Amino acid sequence: MSDRTPAGAPEPGSEAFEAELRDEIRRELQTHEGGAGQPNIVELRDVWLSFGARDVLRGVSLGVSRGGTLCILGGSGVGKSTILRLMLRLLLPDHGEVLIEGRDISAVSRPEALALRVRMGMVFQGSALFDSLNVFDNVAFPLYEHTKLGDDEIRERVEEVLSFVDLDPTVVLPLLPSALSGGMRKRVAIARAIVHRPPILLFDEPTSGLDPITTRTIDELILKLRRELHVCVVVVTHDVRSASRIATETALLRDGEIIFSGTPEEMHATEDRYVRAFSG
Amino acid sequence: MRSNAFWRSGEHTSIPRRAPKTVPDGSARRSAARLARNAVLRLALAVEAYFRLLLRVSRACLSRPFYGGDLVQQMDTIGVASIFIVMLTGLFTGMVLALQSAVEMERFGATVYIGRVVGASTIRELGPVLTALIVTGRAGAGMAAALGAMRVTEQVDALRTMGVDPIRKLVVPRLLAALVMLPVVTIIADAVAILGGLLVAVLTLDSTAQLYINSVWATLAQSGFVLTVVPIDLIQGLVKPFAFGGIIALTSCFHGLRAEGGTEGVGRATTRAVVTSSILILAVDYFLTQILLVMFQW
Repeated sequence: MSDRTPAGAPEPGSEAFEAELRDEIRRELQTHEGGAGQPNIVELRDVWLSFGARDVLRGVSLGVSRGGTLCILGGSGVGKSTILRLMLRLLLPDHGEVLIEGRDISAVSRPEALALRVRMGMVFQGSALFDSLNVFDNVAFPLYEHTKLGDDEIRERVEEVLSFVDLDPTVVLPLLPSALSGGMRKRVAIARAIVHRPPILLFDEPTSGLDPITTRTIDELILKLRRELHVCVVVVTHDVRSASRIATETALLRDGEIIFSGTPEEMHATEDRYVRAFSG
Repeated sequence: MRSNAFWRSGEHTSIPRRAPKTVPDGSARRSAARLARNAVLRLALAVEAYFRLLLRVSRACLSRPFYGGDLVQQMDTIGVASIFIVMLTGLFTGMVLALQSAVEMERFGATVYIGRVVGASTIRELGPVLTALIVTGRAGAGMAAALGAMRVTEQVDALRTMGVDPIRKLVVPRLLAALVMLPVVTIIADAVAILGGLLVAVLTLDSTAQLYINSVWATLAQSGFVLTVVPIDLIQGLVKPFAFGGIIALTSCFHGLRAEGGTEGVGRATTRAVVTSSILILAVDYFLTQILLVMFQW
């Protein structure tokens, strides 16, 4: 339940740590079920969006298939989070299509959009846990809203997902979000996002503001989600190291346009000066 | 037309290309007009958004899902938790009304009518208005701050992403709770104010409790009854808090859900909620009084 490194794990920064990371990435790429040939579960086609006179997105097209993890990279204020908000229909595009499982969420009726939203789980940058509810009520919230499960089943499911995110249910269940550390809040937010078993998970800056050890824990959790739940993951981040660990596809956003898309290896190998500068 | 020689001589460079800033050229007036126009536009858009919220809330009240647990919790927050402060307000209002009216009435030897003054002014006006203003400061500010904090920390967006309509989950329970609880706490405030007047009348003005209560009842009976037992004054005293409850909840939720700009934005939204609610309460009170006077032909 704590944010400490698991017993026996190498120290961050050590050679063993880096070697394990590389192995993990290789294994992930080998076991990756998505990729070319698979239909995209989440897709943006030529999406334009402006706020007043400012163009935030200019003809953005990207997609990710089942079992894939797309990391959308970019500096602050370039419109990365806006893309997630479009996927959830918290915003509507000026032009273009936002396809969720093949249906344009920006064009369907409100009830249909609500049904599509339930197919997604979202982890917000600040976790967005409900302050007035304890951990149990926060995680159980989607189940009470969208299922007819009994109290015992809900409790069982909540404990199951909390264990999945490496939190001890007996300790955290009665706690209010204010009593949790940043890493624990993030993990509770992930538990809340996956508790109703959505096929799509969206993360907004999942490692922002976290220390390197907790960052790695969250990265491992995202890898575990893909590996064990076979979900499609879209991550918005400016953390290139983190993206290199978890992504099967990356897209780099600059001035409202995708200036690069490809695998993390392709991103590190590209000759483009801006991409190289960004990827370090 | 100037000749080519004039341009070649370079004399034109000494002609100021623009009027000096000190000379009024109308630009300040134009920018003031633009600011005023923008302010009016913003106000019109806010009023439109307010009525759109009212429409959405009205629709949501009449359909499922309904969050009963949240309604009970809000009734507790808005009503039960406000009772003590409302009682204090009522007590001192009644006491000061009795004192002030006694000063004038003693000149004419009419202190027996103190109950009439306290009863009528409390039940018709001071009870509903002061209670509403107190609840605005206590519960309305709390609503705006809570919803504002939820908005800036993306909790409202989190609700939407989980397929939950924030209007149904957050606004409807608060509105219904305020509509139910404002009349209840107003009746309590009225009763305590009349009791406060009684204390002053008996303890400091040498009146008797019986005389005072008869005087209060006389003023209630004077206005007539509905269904033979409910005094018309009391109807007026209950219609107003019902309307004020709607104003407090809707205005506070409106400003809370529009909060932006972090914690400072939450503070701004709370201030706006309290100010707007208070002004609306006082303005609507006037118009409601007019309507009720016509309806019951006082």
